Amino acid sequence: MSLEINHLTKVYGKQIALNAISFSVQDGEIVGFLGPNGAGKSTTMKISTGFLPSTSGDVKVGDFLVSERPLQVKRIVGYLAEHNPLYLDMYVHEHLRFVGGLYGLSGSRLKHRVGEMIELCGLTHEQNKKIETLSKGYRQRVGLAQALIHDPKVLILDEPTSGLDPNQIVEIRKLIKEISVNKTVVFSTHIMQEVQAICDRVIVINKGEIVADDKLVNLLQIENKSTGIEVEFETSIEMEELRSLPFVKEVVLLGRNKFRLIGEGGIDIRPEIFKFSSERKISLLGLKKEEVSLESVFRELTHAPSPDA
Amino acid sequence: MVIAVFLTGIGLLMWVFPETSVLEYGFADMDTLFSMGPYVLIFLVPAITMKSFAEEKKLGTLELLFTKPLSDWDIVIGKFLAAFLLVVITLLPTLVYYLSIVKLGNPVGNVDTPGVVGSYIGLVMLGGVFCSIGIFASSITSNQIVAFILAAFFCFIFYSGLESLSSLPIFGSQGLLIKQLGILYHYESTSKGLMDSRDLTYFLSVTGLMLVFTKIKVSQHY
Repeated sequence: MSLEINHLTKVYGKQIALNAISFSVQDGEIVGFLGPNGAGKSTTMKISTGFLPSTSGDVKVGDFLVSERPLQVKRIVGYLAEHNPLYLDMYVHEHLRFVGGLYGLSGSRLKHRVGEMIELCGLTHEQNKKIETLSKGYRQRVGLAQALIHDPKVLILDEPTSGLDPNQIVEIRKLIKEISVNKTVVFSTHIMQEVQAICDRVIVINKGEIVADDKLVNLLQIENKSTGIEVEFETSIEMEELRSLPFVKEVVLLGRNKFRLIGEGGIDIRPEIFKFSSERKISLLGLKKEEVSLESVFRELTHAPSPDA
Repeated sequence: MVIAVFLTGIGLLMWVFPETSVLEYGFADMDTLFSMGPYVLIFLVPAITMKSFAEEKKLGTLELLFTKPLSDWDIVIGKFLAAFLLVVITLLPTLVYYLSIVKLGNPVGNVDTPGVVGSYIGLVMLGGVFCSIGIFASSITSNQIVAFILAAFFCFIFYSGLESLSSLPIFGSQGLLIKQLGILYHYESTSKGLMDSRDLTYFLSVTGLMLVFTKIKVSQHY
């Protein structure tokens, strides 16, 4: 089932949290929803799940508008909220049964689904524990299990891996990938690797506006044009000399005899540098093309000052 | 917990404390239960209801609940029934007192049964009103202590505060109207075994009104 967001605007008091954003997610797609803190990710998700009303614009899940048929939408959507709210004094299986009951499951069907979810989310050994005694990683699994209990067609996950340790992050990511078969999944994060690990389409949001909505591969290509080359020489060299090399657009001093060079129009200038050093008989200690990372794309798109600036 | 405290408290008042004990009093009636019961409930019902919305708001589980396919009314009524049911269960064991008094009466069975039935209905209705007040108080704050204090205060004002206010001379002939707004006026008349539809209407409408307020408040959870 598809998810369509049309000119969604949310104003809190005088602050505009979302400024007429629109995007759509096709049936079966996994989309990463990326943005710095306070960009409007959670607000978008809360409106999509019917928790918050929008100021204007609407969200359509399948054939239903959230504002018109909230109950229908809530039946289709599985939601893991940002801080993973759970009833801490309930047992794991009790919580899942309770949530399943809210979705109208009962009897053997409910029992079957609870068992299935416990197994899928790796909670077999924890099912008889109280949620308050569980670690964050296991709580997150319970959160996922309750979001999945009614086999939702659309899954909305708000920062599913925040606050977890690296091992747990890998496990939860794996789990999300496993469960996302045949489902439309939107998950938010501010961790870039996450997107690379899980999905192929990214929507980047900043200050309530969508700044990018594309395939991951395409996004990485945008950045390619300003990819730098890091060079380190053994002896000192004048910046001017480097600047006079063919195709070199920009030279930045990084450290002692260490420079960052940017070629014109994305041309690979490594051969030029190598030629230069061999002609001048200066040993080249390092020549490295910067890895194109989603981090740099992200910084570029959201205009946060880059750390080496 | 709440049940145990209520039963211990009311049991002590009813059978042990000499000022209020039935055994000392010498008449086979349950007035102690029905006159002291509401005061005990003023403190106990808010303790039951204080967490209903306040805790969910604080823990963020309201988001869990409101993203499930439930209407706002489903949630409010659910919370109310949970609290109300607990109050009813708390009151059930006091039926034993009735049996004891029937046996202790001289001659045996010399008890004002219609009065007792009316009083029980009154007490249950009162429990309903207190529950709805408590749930409303819980919906307007995310602090359980505040919810408790507000609820106890409102319960008290509604129960006997209005009654006491109405006797102030400045109200003059308006006094009766204010008195009728209070719970005590209606509670006393049902306690006499007098089932008046006006009293029932009063109890049900106060409960309903409080739940409507709660629903309005809860719908604005953003």
